[in-house]
Amino acid sequence: MIAEIINMNGYGIYVWSSFGFTILSFLSLYLVVKNQHVREKNKFIVKFGNLNSERAASAKLQKINREILSNTSTI
Amino acid sequence: MFKYFEPNKIFSVTSKAPKYVLLLFIIIFSIGLTEALIFSPEDYKQSHSVRIMYVHVPAAWISLGIFSTMTILSIFGYIFKIKNFFLISKSLAPSGFVFNVIALVTGSIWGKPTWGTWWAWDARITSMLILALFYLIYLIAWRIYDEKEQVYKITTIITILGIINVPIIKYSVDWWNTLHQPASINILSKSTIHSSMLAPLLIMTAAFALFSLLIFLMKYNTELIKIKNKGLDRL
Repeated sequence: MIAEIINMNGYGIYVWSSFGFTILSFLSLYLVVKNQHVREKNKFIVKFGNLNSERAASAKLQKINREILSNTSTI
Repeated sequence: MFKYFEPNKIFSVTSKAPKYVLLLFIIIFSIGLTEALIFSPEDYKQSHSVRIMYVHVPAAWISLGIFSTMTILSIFGYIFKIKNFFLISKSLAPSGFVFNVIALVTGSIWGKPTWGTWWAWDARITSMLILALFYLIYLIAWRIYDEKEQVYKITTIITILGIINVPIIKYSVDWWNTLHQPASINILSKSTIHSSMLAPLLIMTAAFALFSLLIFLMKYNTELIKIKNKGLDRL
């Protein structure tokens, strides 16, 4: 049964390489985008930390800034 | 109406959604893989090689759908001066490009056992390759142009030129005598695909659509944080 699924009448190499390429592409794209996201978020946190109290208070008035600092999902 | 789509308003949703979309994608993709690789029947002519269809066709559909969406967003964004539409379009492009590459590569792998060749300068395959080039030019344009108005204009032109190719891709198999088979699924007329093959195909299409939504959300959030980073620089 397992050998049959792997071999697929001699077409296994084509089928598995197609599915393998698709999964590899998904994984690569996901990791690249996730990496960019984490990098930008960390940059934001560092920049926010470097603001003086007055500027930080002004930046915190924006809801989106508070959300980036608190609950941005990095999955 | 467009004010409801302002980044500041939708960020709270787009920042929380990816983890749920990822979970749903994993579930649907697992079901799709099991159906496509184990339970779906082999074809009487192509045998098991027909299973490549379950990754090749959804990838092609979604790459075409994403490019069409990008074009509509770019045109509306340019006419009505809605910057967020360009941001959405930019965030859609990476997954559209990857799906296009998947369609080309899996098509090439499928071509070897079916046609006896990895590649043919056939109308459908060549027009898909041209679409990949449009995606690539679009992504490069965002990297090389700093001035916002300039990049909006250039990317809109790229999508308008690229969209001319989309109906060519769709009808190439009818207009020319190609190696590529005609469409088996038709919305307006009767489909020629059996339901035992249609079900896994639709499940895989749903999984691919969820993956593109996931990538879009992650990329869109990253773009918003990038904008906010620039905002902090100006403080």
